[in-house]
Amino acid sequence: MPYAPKLKESASQTAGPYVHIGCMPNTTGIHTIFDTDLGSTMITGDAKGERVNIEAVIFDGSGTPVKDAMVEIWQADANGVFPSPEDGREADPHFTGFGRQHADHDTGVFKFETIKPGAVSVDGKTYAPHVLMWIAARGINLALATRVYFDDETDANEADPFLSRIELKSRVPTLIAKRDGNTYRHEIHLQGPDETIFFDL
Amino acid sequence: MKSGYYPRDLNMHPPAYTPGYRTSVLRSPQKAPIGFDGSPTEFTGPTFGHSLIGELDNNLILNFAQAGESAIGERIMVHGYVLDEEARPVRNTLVEFWQANAGGRYRHKKDTYLAPLDPNFGGCGRTMTDENGYFHFFTIRPGAYPWPNGKNDWRPAHIHFSVFGAAFAQRLITQMYFEGDPNIALCPIVKTIPDEDAIDRLIARLDMHNSRPHDMRAYRFDIVLRGKRSTVFENRKEGN
Repeated sequence: MPYAPKLKESASQTAGPYVHIGCMPNTTGIHTIFDTDLGSTMITGDAKGERVNIEAVIFDGSGTPVKDAMVEIWQADANGVFPSPEDGREADPHFTGFGRQHADHDTGVFKFETIKPGAVSVDGKTYAPHVLMWIAARGINLALATRVYFDDETDANEADPFLSRIELKSRVPTLIAKRDGNTYRHEIHLQGPDETIFFDL
Repeated sequence: MKSGYYPRDLNMHPPAYTPGYRTSVLRSPQKAPIGFDGSPTEFTGPTFGHSLIGELDNNLILNFAQAGESAIGERIMVHGYVLDEEARPVRNTLVEFWQANAGGRYRHKKDTYLAPLDPNFGGCGRTMTDENGYFHFFTIRPGAYPWPNGKNDWRPAHIHFSVFGAAFAQRLITQMYFEGDPNIALCPIVKTIPDEDAIDRLIARLDMHNSRPHDMRAYRFDIVLRGKRSTVFENRKEGN
């Protein structure tokens, strides 16, 4: 028998429609428990790099915006370093790398105010600037992981070890946000011909 | 940074498309997810200091209550360990939780169930695991409630959990149920999990050993995140 780890991972369950209560209570009128909502501010001081917004909408299989999702992003700083002890390098002390927002209850739009990440060079590989996006919502049984790349990084995207491994090249554009001034706009499609690429973390 | 995490055993998780849970029908990706070994993006993740946690953050009985008052319901302590698949403690990691009140009503504008709000109950809290991966919090046992799915579907009493782990590869959102609740076996959301043992591991056990006499009963709930691969240095003779 092949080796089996001692324990099994706990099963995921949907975050449900009331995820805001637990993860961002201040946005749902519960103001007295936590001072601020976790992940609401990514830039905490004079962070290096270009300040940009990432603005996106998630669409369900009927083309309707998903208005009750919680979305998290995780990214490197302007030098391509993750603000995590697991990275091992020194990250920008004024940047958290972690953002958490909810879809607007009327439009489904969510927006992160962040720094454009640098390319990440580790173990002899260079990854194009990108953001990990993680989506939890009612009707999503296991949170969905995708990435957001940037349309003004054509050369870096071409050379990215992750993007270049994707066989169905026609699906790659589902991972690339379009620049509009200081805002990168992006659409996530849960189903349909433009279904976004999701991956096993 | 070459390490990475054990591949996720998707047989332990609900698939995306679970028509018994009707909202999943239009929200489930239909194409296969792309598997890859991961990169620094997934092998790192946000960490939070213990200073984040306020004095009453792990006490839902009191953290929304007026002075001298407390939330209505059965007083309980929920406690356990956050471990990885090799039973190693996941240290200093943030655990968030949220739930309905004792009548089964959430403090959320989208919840219009008949049961009243409890003016002394907010329904959210958080804590950090210690050096042994241990966590605990105080709350009231949430009520079961009906929800729009089938004509007469009821959620079992449950508490939602969000756990970060050491890296985004370990990030997990799940729900905890209570031993002996007959609604568990009937629930379309529970039944999205195909593996009976995996369901059983989400059911907290009544723990009389850690119950506090004349105060509150305890429920034991352990959470398991993905295992981390051993770090092997290719060019140096260093151990794991």
